Order: sequence, then structure tokens, then C-alpha cells
Amino acid sequence: MSDRETMEYDVVVVGAGPAGLSFAIRLKQLKPEVSVCVIEKASTIGAQILSGAVIEPQPLDALLPGWRDNPPPICVPAGEDEFWLLSKTSGRKLPVPPGMHNHGNFIVSLGAMCAWLAPQAEALGVDVFPGFAAADTIYNEDGSVAGVRIGDMGVAKDGTHKPGYTEGIDIKAKVTVLAEGARGSLTKQLIKRFKLDADSDPQGYSIGIKELWQLPPGRVTPGKIVHSFGWPADTHTYGGSFLYHLDQDRVALGYVSGLDYSDPNYQPWEAFQQWKNHPTVKPLLDGGTILSAGARAIVTGGYQSLPKTEMPGALLIGDTAGLLNVPKVKGTHQAIKSGMLAAEHLVAHGLDSAGFDAKLRGSDVMAELRKVRNIKPAFKKGLWFGMLNAAWETVTGGISPWTLKNKADWSSLHKLGAQEEPKRDYVQRTLAPRDRLAGVYFAATEHDEDQPIHLHVADTRICIDQCTTEYGNPCTRFCPANVYEIVEDVHADGSKGRRLQINAANCVHCKTCDIKDPYEIITWLTPEGGSGPNYQNL
Amino acid sequence: MKILVGYKRVVDYNVRIQVKPDGSGVVTDGVKLSANPFDDIALEEALRLREKGVATEVIVVGIGPADLTAHLRNGLAMGANRAIHVVTADAVQPLTAARVFLKLVEKEQPELVILGKQAIDDDANQTGQMLAALWDRPQATFASKIEIADGKATVTREVDAGLEVIEAELPAVITTDLRLNEPRFIKLPDIMKAKSKPIDTIEFGSLDVAAHDHLKTTQYAAPTKRSKGVMVKDAAELVAALKQKGLL
Repeated sequence: MSDRETMEYDVVVVGAGPAGLSFAIRLKQLKPEVSVCVIEKASTIGAQILSGAVIEPQPLDALLPGWRDNPPPICVPAGEDEFWLLSKTSGRKLPVPPGMHNHGNFIVSLGAMCAWLAPQAEALGVDVFPGFAAADTIYNEDGSVAGVRIGDMGVAKDGTHKPGYTEGIDIKAKVTVLAEGARGSLTKQLIKRFKLDADSDPQGYSIGIKELWQLPPGRVTPGKIVHSFGWPADTHTYGGSFLYHLDQDRVALGYVSGLDYSDPNYQPWEAFQQWKNHPTVKPLLDGGTILSAGARAIVTGGYQSLPKTEMPGALLIGDTAGLLNVPKVKGTHQAIKSGMLAAEHLVAHGLDSAGFDAKLRGSDVMAELRKVRNIKPAFKKGLWFGMLNAAWETVTGGISPWTLKNKADWSSLHKLGAQEEPKRDYVQRTLAPRDRLAGVYFAATEHDEDQPIHLHVADTRICIDQCTTEYGNPCTRFCPANVYEIVEDVHADGSKGRRLQINAANCVHCKTCDIKDPYEIITWLTPEGGSGPNYQNL
Repeated sequence: MKILVGYKRVVDYNVRIQVKPDGSGVVTDGVKLSANPFDDIALEEALRLREKGVATEVIVVGIGPADLTAHLRNGLAMGANRAIHVVTADAVQPLTAARVFLKLVEKEQPELVILGKQAIDDDANQTGQMLAALWDRPQATFASKIEIADGKATVTREVDAGLEVIEAELPAVITTDLRLNEPRFIKLPDIMKAKSKPIDTIEFGSLDVAAHDHLKTTQYAAPTKRSKGVMVKDAAELVAALKQKGLL
């Protein structure tokens, strides 16, 4: 037996995003005597969440009636929707697809919204603990999940204990609710351990890269929502942009690349910057300044990739389960709804997780995913097929008798030379930031350099001996924060060698490497609590 | 022995500071606030003195708006015995802060007041010195080592020429420098314990301290951007370029 300090709760929640906080709020509303805490790895609530974000308000209305009288700090009613198809030099405005009409919705900063939700949870008696990373799950003797272990603080890079070393405690609970967001590190372990994906397709992901800009006065139309597809993505890469006009001369903008791309030379960060320099976008941004920037993986597998969301002693909710609606480009409403459903289930069943999966699958959360299940996968066959299929699936409400399959993103990468490289034909960029390092600056990411590297590469020889020739080390390109570098060393005997250098301090916790690495040897682990990006209003 | 520790809340050091578009201040909405790092060091030192048996009670003091309570709870979670919250919605200048501390010193009768040498928001570096003068007690600023024995503090100070060791008779004011110690991590169970520790709330108005605004802030501006550099091929070109600018 270890002599670790232990705290006991009825329920422990991992992740203070919309799913975790909504769950905790609903649980306390229904049964105030249940004790619940929320663990968050970010140093402050909302500092490591990133989303567009246009949200549907109905779940918030159900959770917090009256929230409209006390809205989150950034909350702009949706105005006009626009949908564009871009070529390299021009663009065409298309009719807005039915699923993308946003009348009645709100543009928010999800980070600011979570920072607004947390005190409301605390007011109900929820203990919210930012700055603590749930590094591991702990188990009961019967194999059920018993809670989480908080990561140790004050461990040096070589694993030795620094003077301030503080052992992480165990939080034991009757139920552990995983609300980690896309590709949660504990969820990944649990899916494997409990074989939660035995009956579902592999999960799919995209990477979203976002910036918040302050523009010269008068350019912004608050509430305007613009989405585009086409350039700079080639027709075999799933990519699209969002541009949301906020108040106070600010715009939120970003670019999403499907991580099922096949070209090993593709660079999601560069695609985003290319789109910003498109003639339909650049004039808006010219002369503005960046306030904040970051990146995050998005879960896109939908209906057919949803793993079983319950196991003995634990539940999955929100994006870590995989509930985002891709064609709507929204997941927050699903996260809130699933959190509320989980709370209602636990209260009705004496905190027993059994039966939650069936409840979720029978709910409108799942009905919504079922309708759109065939839209994203069809884009694997190219942009035009994808568009036609999307139209069919949308018009029919997804009644097709088939369900298209999803494949794991790591397996979709072609080897160097295996396909004709798409002609990127990128432009000379003029807008900031110049490169990824300049971009990371705006994420305000901070990791104590003297701590174990939290990006674990199982065998770095594969990187040099195999990956360099097979894929050309795509980690150096898919990472939006320049964490991975192949550097040349000159040894003492004069011979030259190459090695993988991991600049872990740059990491913005997007999880792309954990998903896209073609050998599945990169594992994203939680760094020391409080480390990582410090996003402002993303 | 009782120790009073100043515990100011500032914009976190990791935050990229942004000036409001109208130049009236820096953006604090949606920005992470945390303890002034030098105050964390001050609190850590006070806790170590208590753990050594030199001190018996550590009190953290904050001056600020009503929502400062959450910040003071962090100080209590780190280990302070109790907190005093002087409530005011207005910005507090160093002289006003020193006067507030003087009132609290008269009330609490501590033998030691440990403050950060400066706060990372206004970088004034004045409150400790002003308090010592108002209180008419010794001061030891920029401390990188503190030893307490026989009613005296032996303090190693970081000065321009290196290190200076001085003795100060207690009660005294000490301000902390960066190398004094490395503050501890807060533990989860201690956050829970902190919830039941007392916070005394005192209205600023009830202290009979005149809030003189000796300093008027007229304008905030971001540092001017560095203009783009020029690459030179060799030393000769560098010399020519410097001559052209009249620098040689």
C-alpha cells in the first residue's frame, strides 16, 4: 500500500470544460448532498480550451435558466451567415448549408465561458481545482475505476525530486467522469483497458488552429459568421476556415484541417496562415494585431466512432467521448447535454455508471449525430463527391441505409513518393506571425523546463531509421507549435548523427502528435499541473 | 512571534500584457490574476520561519476589491494561519498601502513584516521602505537570506556590488528578492483546509487612512516596436553603416 494522501468524493470530474462543468452543476442542482470536484490541468479555468465558437443556446437555457441576464463576457448574438468557396485568387459566395444557419445562436469565447461557468458551479458547492493534472487513473480490486491520481509536482527532467517536490494525491470517488476534451489522455488509456471501442470504428480527428485579432475601429460587423472551404486545401484534404466577428473590433478566426490527410508534407499551421493571406481575408486583418493564438484537436468521428461511454466506475462525456457534430461545426451544445444526461443518470441510479451508454444512445444527442454520420467520411473520396453526398445526406436527414466507415488518422498517411504530391502553390505571406515559434508566443505557453518531457516517444530510433525515409518525419510539420525537430549532431569522433529533439516547453496541448504519428509511438502525457498554454479568450 | 505578509494580486507573469485601445490602462478582463511572485516568496519565508519554530503565526494581508477573497484563500492554502482583507475598489498607491499596513501593524503588533521588494504590475518598490519610515522601525530590503535570533534579523541583501549582510533589530520590515527561496506547491487537501481558515474583512474607509492620489497616470502605451534590422555582409559594411548613422 502506498502512503499517498487521499481525498474522497462521491464524484470526481476530469476537465473543467463545458461538459465537465455542466455535469457538476446539474449534479448539484439535482442532489446537493452529493460531493463533487472538478480537476483541471490549466493554471486557471478556460486557459487551455479553444473553440470557434458559435454555440446553440438551448442546452444552456435548460441548465441555467436566466443565463441570458448574466451572459459570459464574450457573447455576441449571431448575425448574418456566409459560406464561401475559395480559389487561390478569388472566392464565390455559396448558399449557406441548412445545418450551418446560426440564427438564434451566440458567438462566444469558450475559454471565457468556462471561466464564467466555474464560479456558478462553485456557488452550488462544487470544488473546482485548476492547476492540477489528473495524471493517471486508479482502480479498485475488482478492476473498476476508483478515481484519479494527481501528477507529482517538482520532479526534475531526469526524474529526480527537486527541493519543492510534492507528491500528487489520489482522489477516490464512486464515479469518475472523464471530460477531458478530444483525445483525453486518461480516456485513451481507459478505452484500451476496457475495450470501449470494440464495437465502434476508430475515432477521427481534425486540428483547429485559431487566432484572436484586434482590428482597427470600424471593420468589424459584430455577429457576422463566415465559413469557407476550398483553397488552400487541395481537393483531397478536408479543410475549412471560420471567421467570427466579435464586439470591440475583435475577430476570432481559424482553420481546421482533417487529420485524415494523406500527404506527409502537409502542414496544418501553414495552411491556416495561407488562408489568412487570401485576398478575401487579408484586407480585414491588415493593420490589426494578434491578441491570442492556439491550437486544439477536434473530435470528428461522430456516430460510428463513438466508443462505449460507460465502464465500471467511470463515464465519458463531451468531446472525450466524441460527441461533436462536424457539419454543424459545433460540439459545445452536445458537451453540455451529455454532461446533464450523465448527472441525471447518476442521480437516478445511485451513482452507478451502468446504463449511461444506453441512455446517451437513446437521447437526442445521438439522434443528432446519426443524422449527419455519413457526411464527413465521404470527403475521403474528394471534395466534390463529399459535397454532393453532404447535400444528399442533409436533404434526406441521413436516412441512407448505409453507414460509411471511419479509419484511424494515423493510418491515412501515404509514404513519401507514394502519391503525386499536391501542388500547393502557396503565396508569400505578409501577415503576422512569421513562423510557428512567433505564433506560439501568442499562446503564452509555459512549462518549467526542468521537468520530465511530457511527450513520450516509445522508440526514437524509429524516427531516424525508419520515419525519415518513409514519411520524412511528419511530426516536424503537423505540430502547430514546432515541438518536434530533427537536429544534426557532430559527435566527438567527427561523425555526424541525426536525432529527434522534443521542445516540450512549446507544447500547446493540442494532442495532434498523439493522433497523427504514423507509427503510434508518441504518447501525450500530462505535464506538471498548471503547465501549458495560457489562452486569453480563445 | 507574529509575521505579517503582504499578499498582492497582480496580472500573472505568463500573461502577455495588452494596453487598452484607449490607453487608459492594461487589459485585465479575462486575464489570469495571481499572487505577486515576490509576495509568494515572502509568504514562503514566513512559513519556513514558522516551521523552524521562530514564528508562531503567519497572517497574509490583501488590499483590494471584494473578489480578492479567492486570492487570499490561495495564501491560506499555502499555509498562512489567517488573512486580513482590506476592502477597497480603488487602485492603491504605495504610500496608501504603507499607511494601511501601519494601521494593521498597530492592531496586530507583529515582530516582523515581510513584503515583496516590488509588485510586478507597477514595479514601484516603495511600500516596504515607506512602511519602515512611517513605523519608525529598521528595514532590510532585497533580502536573499534571513536569519532570526535574539530579537534580531540578520539579513543578506542583494546590492549592486554583490551581497551585504546587515542586522536589524525587531520589529522590522524585510522585503524579499528573487533568490530568497522557491515557494512551495499548493496541495489539494490544503485548499480544502483553507476554506475554514478565517479571513478578517476590514473596510478601507474604517481605517482612517487618507487615500492621497499623489501619482496621476496620464497614459499607458505599449513599447514601440523595434524597427526591422539590416543584415550586413562584413565588418567593413557594418562600420560604414554605423558611420552613416553618426554612431562612429
